[in-house]
Amino acid sequence: MAGSTGGGETIMATRELAAHELHAHAAPQGFIRKWVFSLDHKVIGLQYYFLALTAVFVGMFLSLLMRIHLIWPNVSLPLVGEIKPETYLSLLTMHGTIMVFFVLTTAPQGGFGNYFLPIQIGAADMAFPVLNMLSFWVTFLGYIVMLSAFFVVGGAPLHGWTGYPPLSALQSAGPGEGPGADLWVISIALFCVGALMSALNFITTTLDMRARGMSMMRMPLTCWAWFITAILGLLAFGVLFSAGILLLMDRNAGTSFFVPLVVVNGQLVAHKGGSPLLWQHLFWFFGHPEVYIAILPAMGLCSQLVSVFSRKPIFGYKAMVYAMLSIGLLGFMVWGHHMFMSGMSPYSAFAFSIMTMAIGVPSAIKTFNWLGTLWGGRIRLYSPMLFAIGFVSLFVSGGISGPFLAQPVLDIPLHDTYFVTGHFHLIMGVASIFGIFAATYYWFPKMFGRMMSESLARWHFWFTFVGTYAIFMPMHYLGMAGATRRYSQFTELAYLRNLIPLQKFITYAAIVTIAGQFIFLFNLFWSMKYGKKASDNPWEATTLEWTTATPPPHDNFGGHTPVVYNGPYEYSVPGAPRDYVMQNDPATVAAH
Amino acid sequence: MASYTPTVSLDDPRTSTGGNGHIPPHHHDGDDFGSPFFDVRLRRARLGLVVGLTGIVMIFISFSSAYVVRQGLPTLDPRTDVLLHDWFPVPLPSLLLINTAVLLISSLTMEIARRQAARKAALAQLASVPGVSMHAKEGVSWLALTVVLGLSFLAGQWMAWRELAASGFYVASSPSSSFVYLLTGMHGVHLFGGVVALLTAGAASLLRRPADSQAIAVDVTGWYWHFMAFLWVYILCLLEFVH
Repeated sequence: MAGSTGGGETIMATRELAAHELHAHAAPQGFIRKWVFSLDHKVIGLQYYFLALTAVFVGMFLSLLMRIHLIWPNVSLPLVGEIKPETYLSLLTMHGTIMVFFVLTTAPQGGFGNYFLPIQIGAADMAFPVLNMLSFWVTFLGYIVMLSAFFVVGGAPLHGWTGYPPLSALQSAGPGEGPGADLWVISIALFCVGALMSALNFITTTLDMRARGMSMMRMPLTCWAWFITAILGLLAFGVLFSAGILLLMDRNAGTSFFVPLVVVNGQLVAHKGGSPLLWQHLFWFFGHPEVYIAILPAMGLCSQLVSVFSRKPIFGYKAMVYAMLSIGLLGFMVWGHHMFMSGMSPYSAFAFSIMTMAIGVPSAIKTFNWLGTLWGGRIRLYSPMLFAIGFVSLFVSGGISGPFLAQPVLDIPLHDTYFVTGHFHLIMGVASIFGIFAATYYWFPKMFGRMMSESLARWHFWFTFVGTYAIFMPMHYLGMAGATRRYSQFTELAYLRNLIPLQKFITYAAIVTIAGQFIFLFNLFWSMKYGKKASDNPWEATTLEWTTATPPPHDNFGGHTPVVYNGPYEYSVPGAPRDYVMQNDPATVAAH
Repeated sequence: MASYTPTVSLDDPRTSTGGNGHIPPHHHDGDDFGSPFFDVRLRRARLGLVVGLTGIVMIFISFSSAYVVRQGLPTLDPRTDVLLHDWFPVPLPSLLLINTAVLLISSLTMEIARRQAARKAALAQLASVPGVSMHAKEGVSWLALTVVLGLSFLAGQWMAWRELAASGFYVASSPSSSFVYLLTGMHGVHLFGGVVALLTAGAASLLRRPADSQAIAVDVTGWYWHFMAFLWVYILCLLEFVH
């Protein structure tokens, strides 16, 4: 062993050896070990990413069917035929579930987090590579089980992504509530297991595998975001898992955790005494943090990109970290605001309401810090930056309706309307999707060694940005006018009939926006093969992933571990030779 | 205005030994077991275990809160149309006490096995020195004993279930019996995971994998096992005393 008197050199060598030693696996050779059952966090990241990519197109297709049905109710549609009200509910359930779990939770954390967290902190891999592989394959299994719900007797479930009992707990409650609903619960439980294993890996990796000099407060904000997201996942997914087990027992073992004495189709059910509210509490104790699980990685990424492309240090690094931490913390104390309709005590509602509005404070800190970073920057409007700014825009416009809905007196009339649909799609759905797009455009050169087409990316941005506003802003007006969500037709009531022109507008906007996504898809696959060759650091960014080869070698840094001397946002440094200082650059110090 | 804050202090670098840079760097100067960086790997595995246990704790917290909430809920009686309190505690089989004793003893044997594995890993280093001959002392296999006790506990739980069923308490009979089956079942599944981990560690030893890898596996499983024993005592108290 190396002696302690060997000085820096020996320590260095020992550390590099350590990195080598701890990188539990050698570069695999065969196709199966390299691309299928891979232990490499980069390959696993790509696997998560492509899983989410297929999922997002499935989810988008389902939403398209719903939108078409809403304005042309009598049209028979491809693959699904005639859409009955319950078919519509199945589409809605599967759209929500697939999007929330297999896209918004999967791509930002499982995809980009897996690929870039180890590289950005200077590690050779995740802490537990085998566990990492398992988390992906369990998630994949969950995805297959979820999709299979379409193809069983009765079809996919109709209880919505929130799965409220008694509807979700009784086989007889409707078509789709038979085997389809069982598959749905099993899929969610599998997803929870995958997410828990993944959270374990992320937390351990962040705490224990940072390179020399990479203190917590020198981590890029993306790493902070993944770390905090993992903590949220660790605390939240266990609760959803438990709720899923109870639901499965209610459905199949005759227990009454969630099912009270109810009459279904004129028949008294065999259950009694259970509490549907118990499910709601458990579900939303998970469900609200889940919103932040979807959005936090995008926040971290947005912070990163705003700094890189403004050529300025992030405004208030520490404030950003503490804001994310407090958003995470407060996120666990506000679940009741999803349940104002449940008849909760006004005192509890008041407490939940105050806590919810308090989240506005760290959210505003983040927003103003993004604006503060942009202010006076030498802004380079490349596609990742466009999407990052788009994210800020959507975060503000989607977030601003949050304090409205946080008040029970406003939530009760608005809750079951399109107002809520517009709100959460802007802030949780599309904002997070913008994060995924920004990440794709930003890291594509590192992942695939080529640049994506910038002009196609711009077209894609404007289609998506204008399109999403055109889709989701009118929904707020629909909601205020009283249009109820989850209805499959609006022809029955006169006041809803009057809103059909607005519904038509939304559907047209949706069709155009969805068409725009094929620009992205084409760009993604075309650029992998024909894109311009990328240099190692095309954006002139400072973090560690840009110090290594493109694409990174199996152990990320080609046999050595980086040493970190600088913070992650050293841009436009006075006296420095370039307008950015790499995190592992020791030389520039003398200039100061 | 952006200002450059020189953070270069290479002479005394802040390192990530898990303590946010405050812990002085540890240089692995020969105090490691069999292969280098035993302590790094052990620390990492233990950290992973703590994080993993947090997830498991959340699962059981959810069940516990459901248990407490359900007790307070009244039920509508369809015949009389009045709200009734329908929570009647299940008389727990006394066999559970014996099972508890078995599990606690297994925790003890597990601890002995854990320390034994750590010692073996330390000695493996010495054994590689030329001229030093080490006679592996093959005594009681505490690991195997723990597995046997763990499986006995699971068998005992199964018998307790049979006893419950024989006295008319099935999963769906009453809200309290649902929770008895749920909590014991979930604990059993988790403990079975521990048995599988021990068997894997044992197999690694038979396959002559390095002693330190085995020591890490046994160490982490050991702490997991203790946690499972603690969790069982908690569940038993919850079922017995919280009505």
